[in-house]
Amino acid sequence: MLGFILKRIALLIPTLLGITIVSFGFVRVLPGDPVLLMAGERGIKPERYQKLMEQFGYDRPIWEQYFDYLNQLLHGNLGNSLVTKQPVVTEFFTLFPATVELSICALIIAVSIGIPAGIIAASKRGSFWDQSLMGTALVGYSMPIFWWGLLLIIVFSGWLQWTPVSGRISLLYFFPDVTGFMLIDSLLSGQKGAFTSALSHLVLPSIVLATIPLAVIARQTRSAMLEVLGEDYVRTARAKGLSPARVVGVHALRNAMIPVITVIGLSVGTLLAGAILTETIFSWPGIGKWMVDSISRRDYPVVQSGLLMIAIVVMVVNLLVDMTYGLINPRIRHD
Amino acid sequence: MTDITNSPSALDVKRQMRRQMLADFWFYFSENRGAVIGLWVFIALVTLAVFAPVFAPHGATQQYRDALLVPPVWQDGGQWKFLLGTDAVGRDMLSRLIYGARFSLFIGVVVVGIAATTGVSVGLIAGYYRGAVDTIIMRIMDIILAFPSLLLALVMVAILGPGLLNAMIAIAIVLQPHFVRLTRASVLNERGKDYVTSARVAGASPFYLMTRTILPNCLGPVTVQATLSFSNAILDAAALGFLGMGAQPPTPEWGTMLAEAREFILRAWWVVTFPGLAILITVLAVNLVGDGLRDALDPKMKRS
Repeated sequence: MLGFILKRIALLIPTLLGITIVSFGFVRVLPGDPVLLMAGERGIKPERYQKLMEQFGYDRPIWEQYFDYLNQLLHGNLGNSLVTKQPVVTEFFTLFPATVELSICALIIAVSIGIPAGIIAASKRGSFWDQSLMGTALVGYSMPIFWWGLLLIIVFSGWLQWTPVSGRISLLYFFPDVTGFMLIDSLLSGQKGAFTSALSHLVLPSIVLATIPLAVIARQTRSAMLEVLGEDYVRTARAKGLSPARVVGVHALRNAMIPVITVIGLSVGTLLAGAILTETIFSWPGIGKWMVDSISRRDYPVVQSGLLMIAIVVMVVNLLVDMTYGLINPRIRHD
Repeated sequence: MTDITNSPSALDVKRQMRRQMLADFWFYFSENRGAVIGLWVFIALVTLAVFAPVFAPHGATQQYRDALLVPPVWQDGGQWKFLLGTDAVGRDMLSRLIYGARFSLFIGVVVVGIAATTGVSVGLIAGYYRGAVDTIIMRIMDIILAFPSLLLALVMVAILGPGLLNAMIAIAIVLQPHFVRLTRASVLNERGKDYVTSARVAGASPFYLMTRTILPNCLGPVTVQATLSFSNAILDAAALGFLGMGAQPPTPEWGTMLAEAREFILRAWWVVTFPGLAILITVLAVNLVGDGLRDALDPKMKRS
């Protein structure tokens, strides 16, 4: 198992280097001179320009600059935001918990509804239930989630006035940042109503973010179950006289879960991409909104390093999924 | 040696076989009721888009200054002149939606066209030549796939500058690795088979082998991927438009319309609801067709 993990990590190194080349190249392919770009519309004196060129090393050969960039990355230095002057790493880790909290809630919704829906559809194949569940799943899969979010705001925040329109918690509450997760922190603070407020802010964004992964998981569970239900060992289990619930729930489900876990792992990328839209609609202060705002503010160091860090997060999660996969299915380890 | 492939009887057999394959395909495709409905909706959308000036009651950017935010006809204050109401500057929603179909379908066709042609060619080369070429190509694809697609497209558009054309290029780039992977996998599967070997022994050039011998046998999964990418392209382009990075106002692109409508969300539900509904219907129709194609082209599904 250790060898399997090490091999997987070794395979990631070329991709990781490639990702750094992309994020390095990003600033270099921008039209115009990077120093002039930083100076903005105020302009810059020639002496100062020369000094900055040397300070940032833009006068040296490109490969030297790249190695310099790699060196900086290895020391954890990802540059400072042009707007807030804060290190990008600090900003990233301040905002990241908000995105993680939202993504985890979305994933819980997606898994806890998607898998049962897929199982029901598969075990009653061709029935009314199957058709309506899979029809709904296809609608969810085709959903423009930025519109879906706006629609939910119209209904639940506008007409019914059940949920707030934006943010993570009502401004009435203030408590120290312990874990960075608003749900846990609000509980720890012991303030009355804080948890409910945090929860009511979280409901709509999580539903929106969960929509596409939910549909994908339901569809995948159904097709994986259908495949497994046709296998010989399932027929044997049925022939032994086991109850249908036991055949489906124990014998079939365990083997059907392998492709489903892959899909769940892959949906982390979908969640992060979805977070860009969901966080923008609900003004959720996470990294998705941070990236969109930085792009529109032309805060290039943030865009550059944010892109890099998000790609690394996706890679690490995929590695973890691969390892779980290896744990569940020993055959894969020996490939 | 006589050339038997072009003798009249062989041509007849070929034509007959092709007709039989098409009939088979239609048989399996039409089994899926959803797919047939999706196909009809899609044809209707294409018709609307092509004949937009005929169907649309008003111009897409024509402003009626005395009719701002008029609700749809069935609501109080609605006018028969504007069936689905008007937006904040008095443009007819229905007409803008009809013209918007042009953009979405155009985006789908162009993006899938670029992504599929480049992706399939690169995948053919990687799968046929193997070795170092394959490794380099696949590593590059891994790098593209390491980024969440919408984020990468968004950043690329930020570099290239906002606009519909740049958005389409960016989306084509992020969708193209899927075609490469899929094509490469089928080529790897096919290249060792006897018919390929015999064609090679008969003296076929690598180019002929790749494009004429192997490619036709890999097209099934590529077609399914193309429909999937078509709906993804429409969704991503609308998302970029919504974020202000795609088509720019006053273009009646559906995502851009939603972005413009956002501030009226609690005052005028129709300016937000209809453009999104149009995106959903289009994407749903394409996905229904995609599901039907997968069932009809995947031999594994046929048996069950």
